Amino acid sequence: MTSVSSRQVLSLYKRMLEKATKFDNYNFREYSKRRIRHGFKQSKNESDPAKILTLYNSAVNDLGLLERQTAISQMYTFEKLVVEPLKKHVRHA
Amino acid sequence: MLTTDGRKLLASESSLPVANTNVIPPEGSTISLTSAYRDGTTHGTKPIYLDVQATTQTDPRVLDVMLRFLTGLYGNPHSSTHAYGWEAEKEVEEARAHIASVIGADPKEIIFTSGATESNNMAIKGIPRFYKKTKKHIITTQTEHKCVLDSARHMQDEGFEVTYLPVNEEGLINLEDLKKAIRKDTAMVSIMAVNNEIGVIQPLEEIGKICREHKVFFHTDGAQAFGKIPLDVNEMNIDMMSISSHKIYGPKGIGAAYVRRRPRVRIDPIISGGGQERGLRSGTLAPPLVCGFGEAARLIKQESKFDNDHIEKLSTKLKNGLLSIPATQLNGAHDPAAQYPGCVNISFAYVEGESLLMALKDIALSSGSACTSASLEPSYVLHALGADDALAHSSIRFGIGRFTTEEEIDYVIKAINERVDFLRSMSPLWEMVQDGIDLDTIEWSGH
Repeated sequence: MTSVSSRQVLSLYKRMLEKATKFDNYNFREYSKRRIRHGFKQSKNESDPAKILTLYNSAVNDLGLLERQTAISQMYTFEKLVVEPLKKHVRHA
Repeated sequence: MLTTDGRKLLASESSLPVANTNVIPPEGSTISLTSAYRDGTTHGTKPIYLDVQATTQTDPRVLDVMLRFLTGLYGNPHSSTHAYGWEAEKEVEEARAHIASVIGADPKEIIFTSGATESNNMAIKGIPRFYKKTKKHIITTQTEHKCVLDSARHMQDEGFEVTYLPVNEEGLINLEDLKKAIRKDTAMVSIMAVNNEIGVIQPLEEIGKICREHKVFFHTDGAQAFGKIPLDVNEMNIDMMSISSHKIYGPKGIGAAYVRRRPRVRIDPIISGGGQERGLRSGTLAPPLVCGFGEAARLIKQESKFDNDHIEKLSTKLKNGLLSIPATQLNGAHDPAAQYPGCVNISFAYVEGESLLMALKDIALSSGSACTSASLEPSYVLHALGADDALAHSSIRFGIGRFTTEEEIDYVIKAINERVDFLRSMSPLWEMVQDGIDLDTIEWSGH
């Protein structure tokens, strides 16, 4: 059975968080970041290689989901919320 | 566009429409009614969503499942002669199992409908109609959702008698009242699990026990409760439950009815046809909606702890931040076990709820149920709690959900503090209260 190294896990964690920031929707973006951090933190002390592999594979699926859903979120964009800072180039005159 | 001297017209010089609010802060005031912190140019303008009792965002994970059915998996789940039908049917049955597992039911006991309103109609009309030869009586409460009350009213026109149980000042029913109301010819009891306006949780287990002892069917409207509070149809002796998908981050237009098989609950169906859904609700199922609903149910069970911890934390923060304003009151139960934290209903005395909502354009809130928000009448739910007109008028419901952020709650606390302060500064009543005049002693004269 192949085992997953902690470097692979860390790299996946980083890629997922990066993807999560790509949600155009503020609430989905913040939720995804919070949920990903929680998920990885919760299984931080997991030592059973079989369990780690299951978790890793399920997180890879989640990364795929993030890729699809952030793309959709970027295709259908809406006004920014009152708590969201506007990017400089869209700021009103 | 060029001016007469040939230079380019600046944006600030053209006649751009200026944002307009109905309430204008006094001159020299530093507060803005369109944004709590900023002048509105550095941040967006879309209001914060705090109305999750009306509906919720569709979770991206739910959309991801639904898209498969809107693209490749388009088969009719009732087609039994080819693979397109089989694959759709398999997925629909998986969705049914996810929904059933949230409430400890058997998948066969889940009937898909168009939503909780249809499920409520199905129960309130279907059960008494089936047993009409021997049963003539229905029991419900005064604080039910409009669709239950309206269906009950409809049954009165059909010759049934309906008892509307009163609630105490916390919104809970008295179990003794229920026992006394049950008669030999009572067909069913319908009591909602979590109230949509104030978030109180009725004692379902005790109600279920009483109903089972008296051999009366127990229906509960679980639209606001499903997946949010622990529910078990067997432990609570629930015979029928209405469930909605769009309250749990699923798609709109789909819901379900849990209908017990043992002891069997018999229903006179509202919709007749091809006999789908055990003959209780004919019509082709919509796999995109059904499977989206199933995924939403799977997620609400899987994420239960994470979501509830988050909602509880934000709810406590919001309550502390708003109840520190003088002359405010929390509506609902004080016992945390009888109150869903995601629904916070607060009355702001000496402020009219509708004016406060008008002054809070940057937050999407409601003063009560969405179905009745078009009318300016005060909430009948708060009336049933014994609140007077003024208090019922000055109440606002805050809905906190999976996607609400702490930043949003901080913003809301600041905005509400400022706006309540501002509206009260304009209110002659508030001025009188500040001068120590007891408003109840005043005799108002009409002109």
